[in-house]
Amino acid sequence: MTNVSTVPTSEVVVGGEATGRLVVSPAPLSFWGGYDSATGEVIDRRHPLSGQRIAGCVLALPWTRGSSTTTAVLLEAVRRGTAPAAILLPASDTFIALASVVAHELYGRGFPVLVVEPSALTGLDGTVVHLTSQTAPRP
Amino acid sequence: MLTDRDQALLGGEFGPAAAMAMRIVTRMAGIAKATRLIDVTHAHIDSSIYVGDAGLEFAERLAGLGARVVVESSLNVSGVDEHHWQEWPVAPEWASKAHRQMIAYRAMGCTETWTCAPYQTQARPSFGQQIAWGESNAIVFANSVIGARTERYPDLYDICAAITGRVPDVGLHTDAGRRGEILITLDRVPHALQERDEFYPVLGFVLGRLAEDHIPVVEGLTVTPTDDQLKALGASAASSGAVALFHLVGITPEAPTRADAFGGRTPIATHRVGMTELNEARAQLSTSDDAPVDLVLLGSPHFSIDEFRQLAPLLKDRRKADSVEFLVTTSRIMRTLAADSGMLRDLEAFGGRLTVDTCVLATPMLPPSIKTIMTNSGKYAYYVPGLLDRQVVYGSLADCVESAQRGRVIRDDSAWRQS
Repeated sequence: MTNVSTVPTSEVVVGGEATGRLVVSPAPLSFWGGYDSATGEVIDRRHPLSGQRIAGCVLALPWTRGSSTTTAVLLEAVRRGTAPAAILLPASDTFIALASVVAHELYGRGFPVLVVEPSALTGLDGTVVHLTSQTAPRP
Repeated sequence: MLTDRDQALLGGEFGPAAAMAMRIVTRMAGIAKATRLIDVTHAHIDSSIYVGDAGLEFAERLAGLGARVVVESSLNVSGVDEHHWQEWPVAPEWASKAHRQMIAYRAMGCTETWTCAPYQTQARPSFGQQIAWGESNAIVFANSVIGARTERYPDLYDICAAITGRVPDVGLHTDAGRRGEILITLDRVPHALQERDEFYPVLGFVLGRLAEDHIPVVEGLTVTPTDDQLKALGASAASSGAVALFHLVGITPEAPTRADAFGGRTPIATHRVGMTELNEARAQLSTSDDAPVDLVLLGSPHFSIDEFRQLAPLLKDRRKADSVEFLVTTSRIMRTLAADSGMLRDLEAFGGRLTVDTCVLATPMLPPSIKTIMTNSGKYAYYVPGLLDRQVVYGSLADCVESAQRGRVIRDDSAWRQS
């Protein structure tokens, strides 16, 4: 494959591999009230990604906002096949990690949740990226 | 790091449901880098909200495996008003699945509070109590206003904590994890505005935006807010940000002084909030300001008995416009209290209706004819545009009643003017 950048993983929260278009969210997202699990679209009308479909994308979030129901919506998205291919964070996040842990428990499949240095994503927004569970030492 | 009982839970000695719950708790403990688990003595279960088949399958899997909670566990809102959903255009398939989810949590031994404001019921925890709560507004109230200790437990996690009685000893369960991180100083915010209920959702919205996922410390309040005002503040802050604990210097129990609130540390950031910031935030809570109002909506978090007491005199000898629905969302227990004290009659005479067990964000009950919603709730104002795809207008309780009577937005801005 050409034009696929490999992004170094700093820490594995929930392991796995993913390849997809990188969507870097400049703002945090509450999946409840922010994500339609039927379509994979961002529906928080105050969010910069409002209207974008991120199903199958590699989603980079700064942190998660708001509702406790975020995890249930993300689990529903896994069931329906509308979840992001992977979620990248600057630090571990319980809400996101739990959705993938329970998805593995219920459906035998989840999505990788990986800690990535924000600087490793510079210039890659919108391009196709590849991630693995192999960690690189932090710079 | 695991006790003998923890190992026995994992090994299936307490049954397959407890083993599944314990697998999830220990996996999450590893992710949180916890060195040990601790006991909790209460849980509030947000997993009761129906958002799709996955959450239902999870609940029915646990219930089917014989899961039982081992600590007192209150239930958050469900996806349907169990006995009244047919009064609204709720799809029967939705009602049936949401109801199955209610039955599953009932079967696990949870208490049927069906409310997002458990801290205003018998489920109110005590200072220092270690608890595992879901529901963002309940978490922030328990931590901040009561001084009970809970992490932000998402759906699916709260029930695992309730079945095992165990959580990782991290974050807000620990002394070190509860210290203030950022300082917010109120700058010339008039005392008269601080006395008004409509101030608190707006302050909460600002707090959530500034704090993000840090612990904010607010200085400069000149009033002692009521429980309902603090409830509104927290609900709003937990919507616009990930605030799970705030300290109000001189008011909340872990912040007698600024130094106590920060536990000796210095703030990592400092912000001043004055009338300019507050007015900007107040404007952002509305997406519309001059449309006809189709629905006036009160009760997120669920309306309390004190809020019914405030509402009742405003409704006296008045009636809503025919073009407007007037809806209060609350719990069964508050409905009973309001009925016993005659306040439901006032609401009905005005033309208002009640929904219990759930709220309009958690059950698809509104007809498409409702396009603009007016509310005094910062949480409703925050979530209505995305979850319900409707316009929203934020106003005071009195503004909401006035607008319901006239059928269009009426707002008294006088308290918000900058001198």
